[in-house]
Amino acid sequence: MSEKKIFVVLLAAFLAAYFVPFADPAVQNAIAEALLLLQDYARQHVILCLIPAFFIAGAISVFVSQASVIKYFGPQARKLLAYSVASVSGSILAVCSCTVLPLFAGIYTRGAGIGPATAFLYSGPAINVLAIILTAKVLGIRLGVARAVSAVAFSVIIGLLMHLIFRRAPQGAAAQGFVAVPDTRGERPLAKTAAYFGVMVAILVAINWGKSDPSLALWHFIYRVKWLIGGILGLVLAWMLVRWFRKDELRDWTLSTWIFAKQIFPLLFAGVLISGFLLGRPGYEGIIPGRWVEHLVGGNSLGANLFASVAGALMYFATLTEVPILQGLLGSGMGQGPALALLLAGPALSLPSMLVIRQVMGTGRALAYIALVVVMSTIAGMIFGRIAA
Amino acid sequence: MEIRVLGPGCARCHEVEKRTLDALAQLDVAADVRKVTDFKEIMTYGIPGTPGLVINGKVKCAARIPTVEEIKRWIGEEIGKPSE
Repeated sequence: MSEKKIFVVLLAAFLAAYFVPFADPAVQNAIAEALLLLQDYARQHVILCLIPAFFIAGAISVFVSQASVIKYFGPQARKLLAYSVASVSGSILAVCSCTVLPLFAGIYTRGAGIGPATAFLYSGPAINVLAIILTAKVLGIRLGVARAVSAVAFSVIIGLLMHLIFRRAPQGAAAQGFVAVPDTRGERPLAKTAAYFGVMVAILVAINWGKSDPSLALWHFIYRVKWLIGGILGLVLAWMLVRWFRKDELRDWTLSTWIFAKQIFPLLFAGVLISGFLLGRPGYEGIIPGRWVEHLVGGNSLGANLFASVAGALMYFATLTEVPILQGLLGSGMGQGPALALLLAGPALSLPSMLVIRQVMGTGRALAYIALVVVMSTIAGMIFGRIAA
Repeated sequence: MEIRVLGPGCARCHEVEKRTLDALAQLDVAADVRKVTDFKEIMTYGIPGTPGLVINGKVKCAARIPTVEEIKRWIGEEIGKPSE
């Protein structure tokens, strides 16, 4: 850290320690809420959900060849394929969130052009595998599914619209395609890779299977035997690891998982503390009164959804932090519709990322993209809010 | 020998840099190793994803974290050649 930054941090810490009214019962309550929310997360979500999810993310980044997916975005790629792949590949290519912007810039300038590039730009943060899993676990399966489905649909729609709006404008430098980098590692048959991922996802779903209404016989049955299912699948996974993977691959996988955990855990930690402090646990209050939240983003009005969309677009969310923040907002009175709007606009955009997008595409196209994201998130929010009511 | 590690500064690019320095130490080879974090500059290399590893102007690896053995092999390929 530079000397100037160290000074700023120390100064900020001192000012906080000096001025924050710790004696005020509201502040004390908010601090307690922050810690209690953190404990909830530690007890309910870390072991069964986050850790397996980190392993899955690590596996994606090691065993799925990015280069082989990227070739679908080359300048000669068939457009239909480019869009379909772009809309789902965010989960594969952008497991590390920092790759989204450079990759977007590359596809835009060298590859298939503005359509697939913006489709990917949106899907990258939006279809983040870890985020969808945690959303479903913490905020409920309905919101998780709505987020995943909308994100895929949006990226295709936004990509196509951007392409249509700007098709007559010159595309800039001639599309040169990406540099071909020889990959000397052995190939694993696709079926094996798919089976391996399938089993891991199945384990994750099984051990997190929630209790449901006993009248839904099948659902309830699965809940009763979820540990048995998880155990059997675990044995299957162990067999796969021993038979299909070399030692150095398993080591790479573990290292990749560790890198993600190192990077994301502290951010999630901080996000949970901040959310707890500001909004409190569901059913409790943090420092922000619940009625402010209800007033701004409660219900399902156009205003509420729009506000959530715009606020989400401007705010920066570190990976996964949108989940505890949304949990706090929902608990303080936010409507389901505006919640979805925030989920769709929040991770995809932030003030810093808007500036970068502007640098790559130019102000006009960047504004068009941002407007599309905000408008569509608002509409999706209103539709979902109506369905969920 | 000129080595560039391409990446906007996340943990994966650090890992590539670390392994590169490891490889250089194991081979007892000196090289000018630098991180490229400005993504416009990263774009000029045309790689299909970060992290990327460029030795003497040639892109040896992109979109994944290479093993130390692979890096040593690439360094070996470039020993004795001038930087381009």
